[in-house]
Amino acid sequence: MWLKREDLTHTGSHKINNALGQALLARRMGKPRVIAETGAGQHGVAAATACALLGLECMVYMGTEDIRRQQPNVQRMRLLGAEVVRVEAGAGTLKEAVSEAIRDWVTNVESTHYVIGSCVGPAPYPALVRDLQRRIGDEARAQLLERTGRLPDRAIACVGGGSNAIGTFVPFVADGSVELIGVEAAGDGLHTRRHSAPLTTGARGVLHGAMSAVLQDEEGQILEAHSVSAGLDYPGVGPEHAWLRDCGRVRYEAVPDGAALRAFRVVADREGILPALESSHAVAWVLENPAAGLDLITMSGRGDKDLAEVLALGEPA
Amino acid sequence: MSVTATGLDRIAAAFSSHGKRAALLPYLMGGHPDADSCTAAGLAAADAGADLIELGIPFSDPLADGPVIHAAATDALAAGATPHVVLQSCERIAERVPVVLLVYANVVLTAGAAQFVLRAASSGAAGLIVPDLPFDEAGEVRAACDAEGLALVPLVAPTTTPERTAEIGAEARGFVYTVSLRGTTGERAELPPGLADSVARVRASTEAPVAVGFGISTSEHARAVAEIADGVIVGSRMVRAAGEGGPEAVGAVTAELAAALASA
Repeated sequence: MWLKREDLTHTGSHKINNALGQALLARRMGKPRVIAETGAGQHGVAAATACALLGLECMVYMGTEDIRRQQPNVQRMRLLGAEVVRVEAGAGTLKEAVSEAIRDWVTNVESTHYVIGSCVGPAPYPALVRDLQRRIGDEARAQLLERTGRLPDRAIACVGGGSNAIGTFVPFVADGSVELIGVEAAGDGLHTRRHSAPLTTGARGVLHGAMSAVLQDEEGQILEAHSVSAGLDYPGVGPEHAWLRDCGRVRYEAVPDGAALRAFRVVADREGILPALESSHAVAWVLENPAAGLDLITMSGRGDKDLAEVLALGEPA
Repeated sequence: MSVTATGLDRIAAAFSSHGKRAALLPYLMGGHPDADSCTAAGLAAADAGADLIELGIPFSDPLADGPVIHAAATDALAAGATPHVVLQSCERIAERVPVVLLVYANVVLTAGAAQFVLRAASSGAAGLIVPDLPFDEAGEVRAACDAEGLALVPLVAPTTTPERTAEIGAEARGFVYTVSLRGTTGERAELPPGLADSVARVRASTEAPVAVGFGISTSEHARAVAEIADGVIVGSRMVRAAGEGGPEAVGAVTAELAAALASA
């Protein structure tokens, strides 16, 4: 089992790959102001960091529930000079933060670039974010070939909006021998309405300017998602994932909160790594579905931000 | 107007025979504050001089809307509003004035474009506005509307390029909804600078009437827009009135705006 250690990147997650690329684009376009949305806070921290580096003004939209459960990242963003804006609407999570950022963007588009944090949103964002994140898979592929002389049998990544997964998968799509598995958050269970697994359970819908798999009711109203992991707490998913599912190239599974919390502790205890709760979903799926071959798991981020939440929930059953 | 007039005919009549400086198009949120009040507000607006009613179908994630209309949609959904409930209001209001439904794409596509348009037509709607359906993606919905004689009313924003404005104008049905400003719906103190130029640009691109919306909330705004456009759309001010004062307040605001638009 090999871990692609995006948790070791600056700011502690893969989000910096995209944030830095898009902040450079903003500077190139002559836009002095950047806005971003954030769920777990990782993308907000990455955007704030890139803006600090490049001298851009930065405003981050964040739901009130996420502000509550991701306090360390809120403090980090403020220290990095970003303004964190509370979004009260709905469940106070990522969906509403994206909506508020889009509203800001259409109002201030002359001066402002919206650095969206995942491979979601209107075109060309899904492709733009994929291209900036494919570094994950490109590096993992080259490093595995160098160290083991072979490709992995399986590549596994967690999927919320899906940016670390699309970045992991894209360089392997043409390698037919590599099984690709995206792991969504089953929350309280797929039989409940409290989960974040549109690819596993959702219907086709339009959310935030893209047609993809979406959690919605029979009238087309978007449902609130739920996951213990703020970064996976989103009722939609990048449209390219829906396509990869529909053409059969990638398989999507879902792991409930409890299994992810157990995996978090296993990785901490056995490997000395605190994984993000998001990444813990990918690990949990592998622990429950072991195979003899070579597994590549993308460790999308570090779990320091989740400590309070994990400790408050106690030992998982 | 004959009972067999199509939605397109009814919209055309609303713009040609209003007898004012411009047609007045109030927007109301369906099911807000409740279904019966919404219907009554639509009828009150018709009595007070509205030429066409825009009726919103509430959506969970209304990206084009500012706080007032967003909150109204959230309240309407919490009170049990569904497309079916809103279409019942539509049916009653459409007996008096043409009704154009403002509905987000996911609600239309979940029902199926043809099925949704059929239900809208049988409820007396004259057209649809789908603010998050891009022009290039609208073919299926436009064809379904054309088949039923309904207008798929397109939107043009200040950021729309001249080439795209020309394409949209050529395919417009009913009227062109010209978004006055960069941003979301909501009352503003001033009309945006440069509005006359952007309306002129839209007018040059289309044979359809041009209506202007977003940010228009006072009699003064309405009169200024009537100088340059064929129709004046007033949304958040109406929705706020519906929430605060019910049908009576909607009638009063409509009457005030209609008076401001009265020919000299």
